[in-house]
Amino acid sequence: MINKKVLNVKSALEGIEDNMTIMLGGFGLCGIPEKSIDELVKLKVKGLTCISNNAGVDDFGLGLLLKDHQIKKMISSYVGENNEFERQMLSGELEVDLLPQGTIAELCRASQAGFPAIYTPAGFGTEVAKGKESREFNGKMYILEYAFKADFSIVKAWKGDEAGNLIFKGTARNFNPNMCGAATITVAEVEELYPVGVLDPNEIHIPGIFIQRIFKGNDYEKRIEQRTITQR
Amino acid sequence: MLDKNGIAKRIAKEVKEGYYVNLGIGIPTLVANYVNKNLSVEFQSENGVLGMGPFPYDEDVDADIINAGKQTITTLPGASFFDSAMSFSMIRGKHVDLTILGAMEVSENGDIANWKIPGKMVKGMGGAMDLVASAENIIVAMMHTNKKGESKLLKSCSLPLTGVGCVKKIVTNLAVLEVTKYGFKLLERAPGVSVQKIKDSTEGNLIIDSEIQEMKIS
Repeated sequence: MINKKVLNVKSALEGIEDNMTIMLGGFGLCGIPEKSIDELVKLKVKGLTCISNNAGVDDFGLGLLLKDHQIKKMISSYVGENNEFERQMLSGELEVDLLPQGTIAELCRASQAGFPAIYTPAGFGTEVAKGKESREFNGKMYILEYAFKADFSIVKAWKGDEAGNLIFKGTARNFNPNMCGAATITVAEVEELYPVGVLDPNEIHIPGIFIQRIFKGNDYEKRIEQRTITQR
Repeated sequence: MLDKNGIAKRIAKEVKEGYYVNLGIGIPTLVANYVNKNLSVEFQSENGVLGMGPFPYDEDVDADIINAGKQTITTLPGASFFDSAMSFSMIRGKHVDLTILGAMEVSENGDIANWKIPGKMVKGMGGAMDLVASAENIIVAMMHTNKKGESKLLKSCSLPLTGVGCVKKIVTNLAVLEVTKYGFKLLERAPGVSVQKIKDSTEGNLIIDSEIQEMKIS
């Protein structure tokens, strides 16, 4: 067993510097690495390029880094409900690369899997395709998108073990598995961290080989954006 | 004239036995409420769930189980969770049978715009560009005109596009229309809406080649 366990978020994020490119898992506020984001705020690292489907909300998730102007560039698919993100983008303070959600997912996977680029039909004929190579396959047009190059990938899982094996829960899975091993260093924060031998190998979603550092986070807030319920 | 629920009810009739369906945010989400309960249908949400169920009871709310609209949801027996790359494999790989989404504008050749108003509003495309680029069966659910009363069914879209030549059918508060080579073919009119009203509200080429029946929704 190769032990990936680190004691805390501080050791997990060692080596993060200004102007780095960081991938962060999560969809909306679901499955985001809350503890690592809090630590990035404390570290006051600046000039970051963040690859993340969304950028949190004004006062939670990546929104916290935006508020402090720690992010130079966002690569996302959806600005949605984050007013500060939209404001910084429209004013030009923040550089934003909007890419289709499926393209972001597949570019993460490509980086993880050793592919330099992919062809996707998403965005052909739109401004997303501007300046990009396009090519016809079987009568349909596709655009060439290059895999990401990131320094750190930070993911959140439900359960993990000291070997770095991960299990995700519900739709908190989202981009997290695709970002594992897609950067030079992958950090996983988990709600439950076990010694090796506890988790059933049949149930592992992401093998530990993709993870360099794993730590247990405490007291997850897991904020809900839209609490929708059925009345009894 | 239909309200949002009326549009959703009419679209629900397009959902057939054995379909895997992706519902966009807004009116499309309402469609799930009106699909015939006797049909075997599964709803996919692109953030990573197949077999989506209704909203949870208050005590069952789980922050880790949401739909693409970030709403808390439940799952039905047979459901599954998966990562984003696999989710878009379902979409890009044409395994999803029907996609229903909203739009700001649709053009007579089936272009759709729904993610950006330059200088004013940028929501982002989310999964919409992937959906419209690959889905073979795309229905747009929207109001026929915008808040200023201007047609949203145009000769060509004025807003940045989400996809080109992809929309097959449109259901609005006024009508059901099919996108054909020659423009918007009027199929049905909403209860109490005249053909003239639809003509007046449609900027793109409108094709009327038969008696137009009032749509049946129940």
